[in-house]
Amino acid sequence: MGKALSGLIAGLIFGIGLTVAQMTNPAKVLGFLDILGNWDPSLAFVMGGAMAVTTLGYFLVWKRKSPRFEDQFYIPTNNKIDPPLILGAVLFGAGWGLVGLCPGPAIAGLAIGGWQIWVFLAAMLTGMALHELGKRARLLP
Amino acid sequence: MENFTPISALVGGGLIGLSAVLLMALTGRVAGISGIASNIVLGAPGDRLWRFLFVVGLILGPVIVRFATGSPPPFEITSNLFLIIGGGILVGLGTRLGSGCTSGHGVCGLSRLSVRSLAAVVTFIGVGMIVVTAIRLMVGG
Repeated sequence: MGKALSGLIAGLIFGIGLTVAQMTNPAKVLGFLDILGNWDPSLAFVMGGAMAVTTLGYFLVWKRKSPRFEDQFYIPTNNKIDPPLILGAVLFGAGWGLVGLCPGPAIAGLAIGGWQIWVFLAAMLTGMALHELGKRARLLP
Repeated sequence: MENFTPISALVGGGLIGLSAVLLMALTGRVAGISGIASNIVLGAPGDRLWRFLFVVGLILGPVIVRFATGSPPPFEITSNLFLIIGGGILVGLGTRLGSGCTSGHGVCGLSRLSVRSLAAVVTFIGVGMIVVTAIRLMVGG
């Protein structure tokens, strides 16, 4: 119950933050990637603001023995820069540049965006399913 | 740079950071949207509800902003249907293969000084900029 409510509250704040920062607007995101055009550095400031709070917050939270509703912190331990990481980032970056949507805004925009966002989300979930199928067929890591 | 909105970007980013810190403090998890979304289906059964509710919150957040401000948040998508579908598949496949997106590698990974996440972020932002610039040069904008 506590964990479920935590998820809801964190999701709400995340969605509000994305909207306040206008990151739910694909045109705004493309403005950041469009360095030869009318460049808009806002996305870097969103990242900066988020990192400032998260760096300090993580530092304080990790002084505790465990999170409120779990016995341990689940922090990624893999620190290898391997081919799947880079290939995945290349594919993601390409798709991001084609439309201006990454997973957060693709979900956060569902109730405020146009029909296109539903098409994008369906395609994104298909891409995730393709990865899972590839993994099960041992074709992908 | 007349589209640059540093204040709302910093405030919105700060809220995203707050969400990431809360999720870590309460559930011990990294606020990576691609992982949270896909693990609603693929993750451990006991961790599906909070992930589902996070996504519900993520969709409701922008709706709250809409009613609080009295105007719909800007949303403009310029890509055609072909690019939207292709971009969505690339984003879904790429974020799973590369183990994260703008939130997991970007906000959370960089905040815990992960070199692996830094490599991913530099790659997907770089490729995103190359793709947007290539499109700009092809359409002659």
